[in-house]
Amino acid sequence: MQTFGWPEALFILRSAGWTLALTAIAFFIGSILGGAFAIMRLSRVRWLRRFAAGYILVIQSIPVLMVLFMSYYGLSALGIELPPFLAASASLSIYVSAYLAEIWRGSIESVPRQQWEASASLAHTTAQTYRHVILPQAIRISLPPTVGFLVQLVKNTSIVQVVGFVDLMRAGMLVNNATYQAFQIFTLVGAIYFAICFPLSRLSRHLEKVMNASRSH
Amino acid sequence: MLFQDVFSKWPMILHGVWLTIALSFVAIALGLVLATAMTALRSLAGSWAGYVVDAYVELMRNTPFLVQLFMIFFGLPQIGIRLNGLEASMLAMTLNLAAYATEIIRAGVDSIHKSQIEAGLALAMTKWQVLKHVVLQPAFARVWPALSSQFVLMMLASSICSFVSVQELSGTAAIIEQDTFRSFETYIVVTVLYLVLALSFKLFLNWLGRKLFPQVSGLARLTEAHGEAA
Repeated sequence: MQTFGWPEALFILRSAGWTLALTAIAFFIGSILGGAFAIMRLSRVRWLRRFAAGYILVIQSIPVLMVLFMSYYGLSALGIELPPFLAASASLSIYVSAYLAEIWRGSIESVPRQQWEASASLAHTTAQTYRHVILPQAIRISLPPTVGFLVQLVKNTSIVQVVGFVDLMRAGMLVNNATYQAFQIFTLVGAIYFAICFPLSRLSRHLEKVMNASRSH
Repeated sequence: MLFQDVFSKWPMILHGVWLTIALSFVAIALGLVLATAMTALRSLAGSWAGYVVDAYVELMRNTPFLVQLFMIFFGLPQIGIRLNGLEASMLAMTLNLAAYATEIIRAGVDSIHKSQIEAGLALAMTKWQVLKHVVLQPAFARVWPALSSQFVLMMLASSICSFVSVQELSGTAAIIEQDTFRSFETYIVVTVLYLVLALSFKLFLNWLGRKLFPQVSGLARLTEAHGEAA
């Protein structure tokens, strides 16, 4: 029987790169979608607002696992076969978009109303108001919760192993199936996730302190 | 689309729903007790207990639930502790929720002003009375909304327990899919059920919050109304 040694540990470590890649892609696509949904959620057009609110509510109320199953097994039953990496990125992006939309909507709303009025009195269009007045302030407010959410995303990428994509988690399971030394293997896997997530958590907390300090003046 | 194949399996689906609810409630109840104990330990005992609690919270919050579950299910047997899928799931969910709840409850406890505790002691309340009536109750009332959304997230995360072959809702989905080959229909039905579960959970928790903390929620409504008027 194979034992858990350096080659296996290196294999696991290398697979962490795929976890990071998946996180980056899901965050990138998810933030574009999420930004769009946040602005739609605040739109003056009622059906846009309702559509965005409905989307956010539904995605936040179902497990990410179901989104993943639907985009992998569900779509393939309808004749659309997505490769595992694509299905994983797509479903994680959808997940990210709903949560970021809600975080960013809150951040945009917490910019004082007078800022909108001041911008309007300068004859800015809605786009100009967002670009020059609202977003620069909202982005500052949104930074701590966004970084905090990134931690949730990194952790949630672990479920994509179920469609056969070899990320950090899957690598750990493969090695476990060969060596049956689960304790050591999942300690290593957990330690790598921790090494990615813990600095992000600290950064989020640090940003929160910095932002609060500047706002209390 | 043929939904009748899926609907014909309704006793299985119902059992899955029941198991998801049961798992969530057990984890919430035990997790809350554990979290309260850890919060109390942190504030009452010496600083070393605080460090242990902090380390535990950070460890659980910065590793995936799936790793924690596998550690318990596959890792513990190696040191002689053998749990079945259901027991492992319950333990993992409880430990995970306890860490998040500790962090949330701590925020509530921190929001209680020191003078409140001093006032309680000045009224000759015992340490435990102060802890219960002056610290914990108002603290819980304040963080109830945050706790509620954590509970809903935990319910959704229970879907991950299907990976250790627990037949809760998403585990049921996998079996029905294998039996009927109707994967799209199966996942649509199960997803809708999760949606219904999550929304009912939210409504139930809101109702529970109003029942458990009537004074505070009344106060919150008042200040909210006041805030809107201002």
